[in-house]
Amino acid sequence: MPDSTVAADRNVPYAIRAYAPERLIDALRKMYLIRRFEEGAEDSYTRGLIHGTMHLSIGQEASAVGACMALTDDDKITSTHRGHGHCVAKGADLGKMFAEFFGKETGYCRGRGGSMHIADVEKGNLGANGIVGGGIPIAVGAALSAKRLGTGAVTVCFFGDGANNEGAFHEALNMASIWKLPVIFVCENNRYGMSTSTERSTAVKSIADRAAAYSMPGERVDGNDFSAVTEAVDAAVARARNGEGPSLIENVTYRWRGHSKSDRNRYRTKEEIAQWQERDPIARMAAMLKEHGITDDEGIAALEKDVEQAVEEAIAFAKDSPVPRIEDATRDVHTPKVAA
Amino acid sequence: MNAQAGIDVREISYAQAIREAMDIALAEDDRVILMGEDIGVYGGAFQVTGDLVDKYGTDRVMDTPISELGGAGVAVGAALTGLRPIFEFQFSDFATLAMEQIVNQAAKVRYMLGGAVSVPVVMRFPAGSGTGAAAQHSQSLEAWLGHVPGLKVVQPATPEDAKGLLLAALDDPDPVMIFEHKLLYKMKGQVPSGRYTTPIGKAAVRREGSHLTIVATAIMVHKALEAAKALEDEGIEAEVIDLRTIRPLDRDTVLASVRKTGKLLCVYEAVKTLGIGAEVSAMVAESDAFDFLDAPIVRLGGAESPIPYNPELEKAVVPQVPDIIEAARGLAEGRV
Repeated sequence: MPDSTVAADRNVPYAIRAYAPERLIDALRKMYLIRRFEEGAEDSYTRGLIHGTMHLSIGQEASAVGACMALTDDDKITSTHRGHGHCVAKGADLGKMFAEFFGKETGYCRGRGGSMHIADVEKGNLGANGIVGGGIPIAVGAALSAKRLGTGAVTVCFFGDGANNEGAFHEALNMASIWKLPVIFVCENNRYGMSTSTERSTAVKSIADRAAAYSMPGERVDGNDFSAVTEAVDAAVARARNGEGPSLIENVTYRWRGHSKSDRNRYRTKEEIAQWQERDPIARMAAMLKEHGITDDEGIAALEKDVEQAVEEAIAFAKDSPVPRIEDATRDVHTPKVAA
Repeated sequence: MNAQAGIDVREISYAQAIREAMDIALAEDDRVILMGEDIGVYGGAFQVTGDLVDKYGTDRVMDTPISELGGAGVAVGAALTGLRPIFEFQFSDFATLAMEQIVNQAAKVRYMLGGAVSVPVVMRFPAGSGTGAAAQHSQSLEAWLGHVPGLKVVQPATPEDAKGLLLAALDDPDPVMIFEHKLLYKMKGQVPSGRYTTPIGKAAVRREGSHLTIVATAIMVHKALEAAKALEDEGIEAEVIDLRTIRPLDRDTVLASVRKTGKLLCVYEAVKTLGIGAEVSAMVAESDAFDFLDAPIVRLGGAESPIPYNPELEKAVVPQVPDIIEAARGLAEGRV
């Protein structure tokens, strides 16, 4: 929840007005953590410690952390194949995340899921998803549970621009709207569904415009501006908690890395990537906090050092963890029967 | 039957038996909700939910939009987070629209998350031909879902099992898919009142016999029993097994029967190729029961064709009683 609703000076960014300095410093730390985590994952992949593939969210940190600011551990999120950032933002343990990537028994999914299925149910993260749009109806189901059981929880449903052309997206938004469910659809528009740009794939200019078709508010924001993201999502969360139904937020952002490890970047230019790197969400957040006296260069250097160490420790934990036993390969297909 | 309260036994229809199971579940557990197309005031396309909406309201007997994929996904998400949804597909054919949520999500979420969650969702699928609804409303797709680890798939053939398997499905922590043959909805049978469950994964020997084993599913159980009765006059005693669950298969019941009779006939309405009969046959062939076989295994299944509209053609593409009699007679008389 926002710590304050002081509307004193409109020239002061929303996040500075709404959240206490400790929360903002923690948010910046999480953004650094995601960046360093992804770099650590990429490095581990290159060293052959991780097999399969992975989808890095470097450049999208403001969207993940900003959208989770108003959530508690009781609130749910559903995530995507590019979900490491969401997982960290919702409070996951980095060691268990790396252990999962390394296929270890100590991982979040005991090595059965890997990067594309990472989840942290205790913190409310119902899981990444290997199917584009697969988590959207599931998020609506979680919101239905919250409404029916009266828990007061909301669900933030993350998905990418690619998912906005899946049938599941349209069916789910329609149902969330007719049943006025407490769900916030957060589209992370990073401009490309794999190699296909939104201009080539999507009939509307702004994905937020899709909201009109389902009678819900739709807002397009600069997804690399932490404060803009929190301002939009916090309002949608408040609306959902008030029983006023769902909202659609489009965070316009950019992934610095390729779609996955097989990407040769033939659909975009180096100049385009460089331009977006100039709009680095972390540098902008750090600058904002410095400008408002919440931290300084020394504080940021300490944060970076702390994060560096946290990632190193997480990787060491994962490396040292045991692998699953081969005889357990088919465990957890079904829930064991509880003795009556 | 795992009887707990079933003292009063009445004759009611298969559809009424399912409704009674849902009524019991809705009354005893607030977490249970029904979802589906036109299941509220309309009462369901086959009048299975009937007037339950009057008793439990639209919050618990929820009409969904015509959105099978989204609806199934909402049910999966709700099951993951504390509700016990029973999702009705209007026709089992529409499962094709929701395969993503059934196969990639419901079946796999528990496994993918290393056992951190369960997905206690029940899905009901009105299936099969015989209503003149033609190729897109008459299929038997249960083997599709039977191929997916993580799902349990049942096909109740009697009103008693329709109720008992639905309540067992609701007690089960994992996704259970229930295929209900549309022609059975009006069939009447003895059904205990109150709560009881029929175990998932257990077949039922509907008729004992020593000359051959007929393993059948859903409506074919009744056709096989009719055929067995006719064969009785010829001195052929067929044992009829109602498989009831196709995943997980009741290996023990089938193998014990084949060891006894030495002959196996599989009868099912779904397209013959790669169907449940293939799995049952292979299960026998891979077991010690193979040594007891006195004749090749015979399968009777649906034709390699979509279901046609014309009523005579429609009958022709799925096994009928005379087909079963002929196949069974041939097997029993050693002409196979």
